[in-house]
Amino acid sequence: MSKLIQWVDERLPIVEAWNKHLAKYYAPKNFNFWYFFGFLAMVILVNQLLTGIWLTMSYNPSAEGAFASVEYIMRDVQWGWLLRYLHSTGASAFFIVVYLHMFRGLLYGSYQKPRELIWLFGMLIYLVLMAEAFMGYLLPWGQMSYWGAQVIVNLFGAIPVIGEDLSLWIRGDYLISGITLNRFFALHVVALPIVLLGLVVLHILALHEVGSNNPDGIDIKKHKDENGIPKDGIPFHPYYTVHDLMGVAVFFFIFFIVVFFFPEMGGLFIEAPNFEPANPLKTPAHIAPVWYFTPFYAMLRAVTIDFFGLSAKFWGVVVMGGAIAILFVMPWLDRSPVRSMRYKGWMSRTALTVFVISFVILGYLGLVPTTVGRTITAQILTVLYFAFFILMPFYTRMEKTKPVPERVTG
Amino acid sequence: MKKLILGLFMVILPALGLAAGAAVSLDDIKTDHTDKASLQRGVAMFTNYCMGCHSMEYARYKRVADDLEIPVKLYEENLIFTGANIGELMKNSMNKSMAADWFGAPPPDLTLVTRLRGESWVYSYLRGFYKDDSRPLGVNNVVFEAVGMPHVLVELQGLCAVKPNIGVKASVEPLSGNINNAEICPSYAIEGSMGAVEFDRAMYDLTNFMSYMADPIKVERERLGVFVLIFVAIFFVFAYLLNREYWKDIH
Repeated sequence: MSKLIQWVDERLPIVEAWNKHLAKYYAPKNFNFWYFFGFLAMVILVNQLLTGIWLTMSYNPSAEGAFASVEYIMRDVQWGWLLRYLHSTGASAFFIVVYLHMFRGLLYGSYQKPRELIWLFGMLIYLVLMAEAFMGYLLPWGQMSYWGAQVIVNLFGAIPVIGEDLSLWIRGDYLISGITLNRFFALHVVALPIVLLGLVVLHILALHEVGSNNPDGIDIKKHKDENGIPKDGIPFHPYYTVHDLMGVAVFFFIFFIVVFFFPEMGGLFIEAPNFEPANPLKTPAHIAPVWYFTPFYAMLRAVTIDFFGLSAKFWGVVVMGGAIAILFVMPWLDRSPVRSMRYKGWMSRTALTVFVISFVILGYLGLVPTTVGRTITAQILTVLYFAFFILMPFYTRMEKTKPVPERVTG
Repeated sequence: MKKLILGLFMVILPALGLAAGAAVSLDDIKTDHTDKASLQRGVAMFTNYCMGCHSMEYARYKRVADDLEIPVKLYEENLIFTGANIGELMKNSMNKSMAADWFGAPPPDLTLVTRLRGESWVYSYLRGFYKDDSRPLGVNNVVFEAVGMPHVLVELQGLCAVKPNIGVKASVEPLSGNINNAEICPSYAIEGSMGAVEFDRAMYDLTNFMSYMADPIKVERERLGVFVLIFVAIFFVFAYLLNREYWKDIH
């Protein structure tokens, strides 16, 4: 065995890679609950890839056959129901885990210098993940699949001058059709997963170059022992591999409760209208995207006034796009001398709390039909969402921060 | 710990919003896919009264026969009217475009109807027909306003002369002691061969069968789920002990 490793290592630096990324990658020893979610996102990615490959073997990407082939997988394919529920539950679990992972970044300032690139790659992963989920959602070819895609692709039509042609180009037809289904299938199973995997590699390479942040937001490389090893650092393997293994067990326990007992999750993970095949002639009474898009959908609907001769729909798209785009510049908005919320002042803490509450309530509002009261609420919350970012350069500089300890506090 | 609770709360909050909704009131029903006798009565009812118009084209006869423990020969003799083989999908012989002419819309496939509309909806709908001369077929439904379907089960249920009490609980008037809404239908325009209680039982069986058809793996899935969770729980114990062993020298 060791001879084989030596043989390969003379030709490919596997020992070096193992040491650099696992056995001698020194991570801060004070990781807490919030540090499980990056690893869990990887676990879910593997789940999505594996179940996805097997689903592809029995799925039929055509307008005539897609819906029936999903039922074929559910009924006639051995363990097909399990593959499909693992995949559909995995999609929602992916977003839950990614949202918690991003929240961790906000909480401990993990986007701050020198980790700007990690944050940017992470945001690109989030963007590709949204595209991946959106296109995957069309594939079962149910009513909500169809009309959800119709609504979202039509949004591109709101862009002045080129909009209509652009949405026509995306669909490849005048309405969502089998042609759209075919190209979404190609993008969902080939193109986007490749991009996603590439970005995940970049995300981790960038992380391992500068090292992990920690709940105290302090640099563990400032205090090294005589061997040049950070005093507050421990090798990722075996310490965090066994730690994450425990986290994976807890995650799987919750995940499998959903997969085996509540695969529809009360209509949140699999929406009831998707048990009816897509029908271009019958619009459902209430079209709602899947829960992970609803905060942005609520912001889209919150814009109800025309500006500068451009439609409210256009400005809604701008607001929705801006809500995601503004996350990209986070590293340059935060001017605080400290990273972690533990040492930031009350203004940062309040801002983050208000931001999280706004995001969650917007998520709820995007799920339910609009009323006048709900629209006004969504408008206020949209303003609060943006205020978190736009005011950040000011409140992070103005507030009084607490002194940061030299060594990690656990 | 506080952060953990807050985090979990954030995750489940959107689910709370779904409790609202559903404008029509329904009679609740709890289906039981392990009740084979009920499912067998249900498949007989469905094949004899529904399948002439409504297919179940995503499911196969053989699977139903096996799951419901009906011998294949018996199933073929009594429950396949189209001459199909036992391994085929449960289609019917109604032409969809002609059906659209007759009813306004072709009768929908019912394989997944309980997951589309809900079990309680189907159970209430089946019992919700009443006489309404303003409609082309002379009947209407309290759950599905202006429905295009005729009251197929009229020979069993009879036809209620007024709107039946669906989703309305019986109540006792405190002063007079009279009981209101005790019966689903206070007066019938046509008498059926079944009593109200008997018909409700039959509709329970039918809904139970349709619920099984929408999710045939449910019983097996939940049975397996228990073992999977036990396995993960035991795995956690070992992962926890392994983690504690490694971490005991880290301070």
